[in-house]
Amino acid sequence: MDMKVKYRLPSLPKQAELDEVDQALITLIQRGLPLSPTPYADIGKKLELDETEVMQRIQKLKDDNVIKRFGVVVRHHELGYKANAMTVWNIPDERVTELGACMGQFDFVTLCYRRPRRLPEWPYNLFTMIHGKDREDVLANIEQLAKRCNLEPAEHKVLFSTRRFKQRGAIYR
Amino acid sequence: MMNLNTEESLSKRQLNSLEKHLLNDFQHGFPLVSRPYKKIADELGTTEETVIDTLNRLQQTGYVSRVGAVFRANSIGASTLAAMALPEEELEQVAELVNEYSEVNHNYQREHHYNLWFVLTASDEHTLNAILDDIEHRTGHAVMYLPMIEDFHIDLGFDLDFDSGY
Repeated sequence: MDMKVKYRLPSLPKQAELDEVDQALITLIQRGLPLSPTPYADIGKKLELDETEVMQRIQKLKDDNVIKRFGVVVRHHELGYKANAMTVWNIPDERVTELGACMGQFDFVTLCYRRPRRLPEWPYNLFTMIHGKDREDVLANIEQLAKRCNLEPAEHKVLFSTRRFKQRGAIYR
Repeated sequence: MMNLNTEESLSKRQLNSLEKHLLNDFQHGFPLVSRPYKKIADELGTTEETVIDTLNRLQQTGYVSRVGAVFRANSIGASTLAAMALPEEELEQVAELVNEYSEVNHNYQREHHYNLWFVLTASDEHTLNAILDDIEHRTGHAVMYLPMIEDFHIDLGFDLDFDSGY
């Protein structure tokens, strides 16, 4: 897979200010849109909103970066991407933002988060989720990542998943 | 254009072109118009009904989790990644215990001394902490929690490479 060029960093989530209607809307859409000809009108009926307002509110949630992505959510594993590795990196604090931005550009990287270290047992502060069809594919992707972002000297660990006990969308309330 | 009627037939054969387009082309920027499935149908040269039926089937077979929103971590509610280092013989039992919580949405075994990794999402931080405490109390093992500090990833979905040997 090739690198997709992305032109900006996502703005960081401030805790969003959501009114009660937004919260009710989020509760309804977090499990998915109805597969009916007029999904927004159908959601609106439950909230006593017209469909235009439902669409406007979803657009606003997207604009405010509360909704990161709106569309078809696929299951990688079922579609043949059987391997995934959480790859964790120990990056000097002053370089995390720069290197995180570089790593977040690759389309085989499906998550790229800075998280706290837990010393002494856990020195890693940058977390990437790397998908691939099999282990070799994942390792090749990691190698490409390390090369393109000049990460070779960075201490890292590749944590392949060996069993999936649960996977579903988050439910917030 | 399609003659499959059961879930079984879908899982046993290659995906057709419409299914591939539905899986790959609408992972982001799903139409915010009155009849989104009709708009997609027009783009793909098929009917609204076919798009809806096909998405329904893709959802039933588990290829599609849902059509909808992916929320940015911690933009609503509170979430954290958590890890536990468990003896091999306790792993399965603890994994099941962790799965019982509806707030746990991902739970994986991984190859590391920390061998159980899960994501917890709750309405607020207080609830989240209470669950972490509860898991520690019930299992007698520490939970290392690793909340997100910064997100570097712009989510445009995942480009499914259907051409190379799927």
